[in-house]
Amino acid sequence: MSNETISRPGTGRPADATTGKAGGRPADRVFLGLSTGSAALIMVILAAVALFLIIRAAPAIAANWTTDPNLSHGTTAGHADFWSYVLPLIWGTLWSSAIALVIGAPIAIGIALFISHYAPRRLAGILGYLVDLLAAVPSVVFGLWGIFVIRPFLLPAEQWLVQHLGWIPLFEGPQSGTGSTMLAGGIVLAVMILPIVTSISREIFLQTPRLHEEAALALGATRWEMIRYAVFPYARSGWSAPSCSGSAGRSGRPWRWR
Amino acid sequence: MPVSKRIEVNDLNVYYGDFLAVEGVSMTIEPRTVTAFIGPSGCGKSTFLRTLNRMHEVIPGAHVRGEVLIDGNDLYGPGVDPVLVRRQVGMVFQRPNPFPTMSIADNVLAGVRLNNRRMPKSDADDLVETSLQGANLWNEVKDRLHLPGSSLSGGQQQRLCIARAIAVSPDVLLMDEPCSALDPISTLAIEDLIEELKQEYTIVIVTHNMQQATRVSDKTAFFNIAGTGKPGKLIEYDTTSTIFTNPNVQATEDYVSGKFG
Repeated sequence: MSNETISRPGTGRPADATTGKAGGRPADRVFLGLSTGSAALIMVILAAVALFLIIRAAPAIAANWTTDPNLSHGTTAGHADFWSYVLPLIWGTLWSSAIALVIGAPIAIGIALFISHYAPRRLAGILGYLVDLLAAVPSVVFGLWGIFVIRPFLLPAEQWLVQHLGWIPLFEGPQSGTGSTMLAGGIVLAVMILPIVTSISREIFLQTPRLHEEAALALGATRWEMIRYAVFPYARSGWSAPSCSGSAGRSGRPWRWR
Repeated sequence: MPVSKRIEVNDLNVYYGDFLAVEGVSMTIEPRTVTAFIGPSGCGKSTFLRTLNRMHEVIPGAHVRGEVLIDGNDLYGPGVDPVLVRRQVGMVFQRPNPFPTMSIADNVLAGVRLNNRRMPKSDADDLVETSLQGANLWNEVKDRLHLPGSSLSGGQQQRLCIARAIAVSPDVLLMDEPCSALDPISTLAIEDLIEELKQEYTIVIVTHNMQQATRVSDKTAFFNIAGTGKPGKLIEYDTTSTIFTNPNVQATEDYVSGKFG
């Protein structure tokens, strides 16, 4: 009788399901091949990109930049080698991303919490949509906004910082005359990472098990106490990832208004 | 020692939005008794239980009409804060829900820390011990109070939740099918515990297990529903022995004798 059930076409094969092998049925094998192939393809593409970049960049990395005729003038003039040119750029990327995270992440988490746990359902839907819309703004628009609005806007504040807090190395003069500072860059980046950090945080907050939320509420927790007892501990492992990926996606953009 | 209180419900209707889920419940629950709510699934017994500490308000659109008096004070009176109601009326849920990132001791203290932040360490330690002893869990966990609550077995987790609920000295303890996710041995432990807790607390328990109702409760309320989309109603409310041996209503007799449900 058991033979009959197993050999009957079109039924699941329990033996295969338990061993995890894509046994005899051709469709299973084809699909396994397709999905494994797709997964492998992404690794191959990434490796190919990395390989291409390294091979094509190797001459410039190895060259002496003061003597090489291609590198000793233009934007790369005055740099001894590849590292003296690139390290400040890497540092700028990290530093502006850090500023962006410090400013952007708390705001994004606040918005996400409001959407997931405070706002009435309809308002939450509208807000979530607006935040997603922010993600659709091309980054060049944010860049121009930074150049023409944020830079001049921040100038007086920066002047104040240099005058009164200049004794802290971080705010030491001389002040940038154009306002092209790490602070301006960080603020623009903060706005740019807002949508992705908000929407991923919102998803995580919404996944908090109802059971844990009710446990806190039934003990007489206010909504904020419930969030501290149930939502944050649950989300803690999750939210650092979106914050980082949000800033990684944004800070790699061309960034040269120095 | 907490002062257990009398609960009086007068003509209570519970709504989810426009939908009437439970209709016209009136009953009086005496202090220091165990009252069991039985009835088929969807008859509104859990919904009604939640109105006794306003936990139904967690569901958007849920609201009530009618009165719930605890020692004469209306839970739904103007200006009554649901947060304060829940500090007086504790609740234990269907599935054990200790806070997974907190230690066993912190779980017990969770409710107290909401009420007053600072508490001398010795007082806190005493409270952890008395609450866990009250929940018959102390001997099993006293050497590992710093471990996460999720490291315990299901039955132990449920007793931890009971310890957490009684640590804030509530007047009333609500239990929503507290044993439905537990094995028979753990169920027995919880039932013994209910018997002991009755000395100090007014307990209301929802159960699908009729033997459990006969074992633990003094009075039993039978809820039923006429059909899908119809409101649940309180059919009969009497001493447990009457409900199970000599009920007044035919539907009750059919249900307790296993003819439906």
